[in-house]
Amino acid sequence: MSIGEPKLARRPDGAALFIAVILAVIAGIIIWQMSLMRVPPVQQRVGPTVFPYAIAGALILLSIGTAVSALRGSFPAREKGSMAPMAWIVAGLLAQILLLSTAGFAVATGLLFAFTAKGFGRGPLWQTIPIGIVFALIVWFIFARGLQLSLPAGPLERLLP
Amino acid sequence: MDTFGLLGQGLIAAMQWQNLIYAFIGVTLGTAVGVLPGIGPALTVALLLPVTYRLDPAGSLIMFAGIYYGGMYGGSTTSILLNTPGESASIVTALEGNKMARKGRGGPALATSAIGSFVAGLIATLGLAFIAPFVVKFALMFGPADYFALMILAFITVSAAFGDSALRGLTALFIGLGLGVIGIDLQTGQARLAFGIPDLLDGIEVTTLAVAMFAIGETLMIASTSGSIKDEVIAVKGSIWMTAEDWKRSWGAWLRGTAIGFPIGAMPAGGAEIGTFFSYATEKQLTKHPEEFGEGAIEGVAGPEAANNASAAGTLVPLLTLGLPTTATAAIMLAGFQQFGLQPGPLLFANNASLVWALIASLLVANFMLVVLNLPLIGLWVRLLTIPKPWLYGGILVFATLGTLGANGAMSGHIGPISFSFELMMLLAFGILGYLLRRFGYPIAPVVVGLILGPMAEQQLRRALAISQGDFTALFHSPIAIVLYMLATAAILIPLYFRLRGKGEVFSQLASDED
Repeated sequence: MSIGEPKLARRPDGAALFIAVILAVIAGIIIWQMSLMRVPPVQQRVGPTVFPYAIAGALILLSIGTAVSALRGSFPAREKGSMAPMAWIVAGLLAQILLLSTAGFAVATGLLFAFTAKGFGRGPLWQTIPIGIVFALIVWFIFARGLQLSLPAGPLERLLP
Repeated sequence: MDTFGLLGQGLIAAMQWQNLIYAFIGVTLGTAVGVLPGIGPALTVALLLPVTYRLDPAGSLIMFAGIYYGGMYGGSTTSILLNTPGESASIVTALEGNKMARKGRGGPALATSAIGSFVAGLIATLGLAFIAPFVVKFALMFGPADYFALMILAFITVSAAFGDSALRGLTALFIGLGLGVIGIDLQTGQARLAFGIPDLLDGIEVTTLAVAMFAIGETLMIASTSGSIKDEVIAVKGSIWMTAEDWKRSWGAWLRGTAIGFPIGAMPAGGAEIGTFFSYATEKQLTKHPEEFGEGAIEGVAGPEAANNASAAGTLVPLLTLGLPTTATAAIMLAGFQQFGLQPGPLLFANNASLVWALIASLLVANFMLVVLNLPLIGLWVRLLTIPKPWLYGGILVFATLGTLGANGAMSGHIGPISFSFELMMLLAFGILGYLLRRFGYPIAPVVVGLILGPMAEQQLRRALAISQGDFTALFHSPIAIVLYMLATAAILIPLYFRLRGKGEVFSQLASDED
């Protein structure tokens, strides 16, 4: 999947070091949460905390391994990603999440569709949003009416018989 | 009753008209979605899971079987006509198949892959039917400690043995295992890592995670890099039928591919793609036309495609008999079983025998339908390939969110006056996680397998330790467990040895990414 230009210099990989930190933080959170749990004495040896502690321990080891690997610069080369398309898609998903309960499935999902298309360079939005809404309305009709899936209905959906 | 009798009964059940319709809908949807570029079998199954929510268990699982096989067929069409290295099990098919299509022999390439898939699917499904009862008998002797050892072996093979880095594979696995801890502990009823959020008490849905990682993560990845990849659909020119020469060169490859693919799928070794690489290497060795390899050799399509489908059927052996998913696709299928309160494993064969055998029989039925459906409808599938990317990925996200809402649409989150779906929020969060994992070269499958297999492994571990009253050495008392641990150690050490000797590239090609 990676067709980027190979890394020329082998220097410490900042992003990979950050991953190592994240892994250690996750391990810390697991240990902290488990230490808060009250385990009944009967369960002391094989209780609900044993397995999570083992996972946290492994994550710490993996964090160290990742840090070593980052310092040696042995992570695979990465393509330069462009942020703007991703921002459109994430914005589309957020818009859908926030609008679903009030505007209904078709409007919210139509926005998601149009924003995603925009992320892939297809616009303008005043054209793609109506297309998205019509598409989402058809999908809503098939799945909510035909397959009895519970999908949020808004004013637009209520117009349908 | 013997296998023939059980399979016969299953066939009678599968041939009932409503089950035939379910199978037909399953293979059609599975092929259509599987053909779409960027969607592999794992995502196909995850996206289409909600379609089956309202059906009865038997109908739903039969449709599921159709979707699974259909997705495998569809994927090969994509890799032949559109050189997309997205789905790992079809990478090898793309090597020769795309070259054939470029030379105007796309038709025979599709034909040999469809017929090869059929032959392999038929033999491998029969293999599944005949091997499963033996594995079940063997599995009934397993104690909790043995199951735990088996799961450790599966964890190792899924994450560390293949792929270009054991470190990243294991990290992905432990992220999945960590996510699996979230929710109410089944044995004590205590909440773990739920942070007081009621939605987390039930744990994280495998389908939500899989759809997020494969659909949203993939979309973000493609969107951020789409400038650099050009896709070109190659039209199918000339006859789609194979010549006598093509047949002669294909049938041996089909059988060899099946013989390679099925055992690899059936062992808890994960990944359909491993078999395809071995099959490709074998065909390259045996061919009488070595000069054609790399230029569009039909054996190079026939063998790996057969291996691909044979190992897809093979992965059903550990899934159905042991409840052990070894690929992301199998993990999602397991989630599909669990939504009906069915737990695959030896007991499923005892308690729900008619259902299991109807499922196995409907795999045969689906296989017949696919070979009939695929070749005549090839024009339709090709048209699906030409959907422009903006519409395609817009549509993928619509269906990804639709499926998540259909599974759990409760508007349980609140920001001020606005209520929102917590499940969709998790979908977004895991989607971004999936993108980051991809970007930094982490495999996705171990996360999904870890999430579903982790809680099961924990349960077996605690059961084993409860029996031994907390004595950890009891985990190593049974000979079965010892053998399994030895296999797991070998699965780590052998690839390590090859990597150190500079043969790492072979294993990095085997990266199990998609299914």
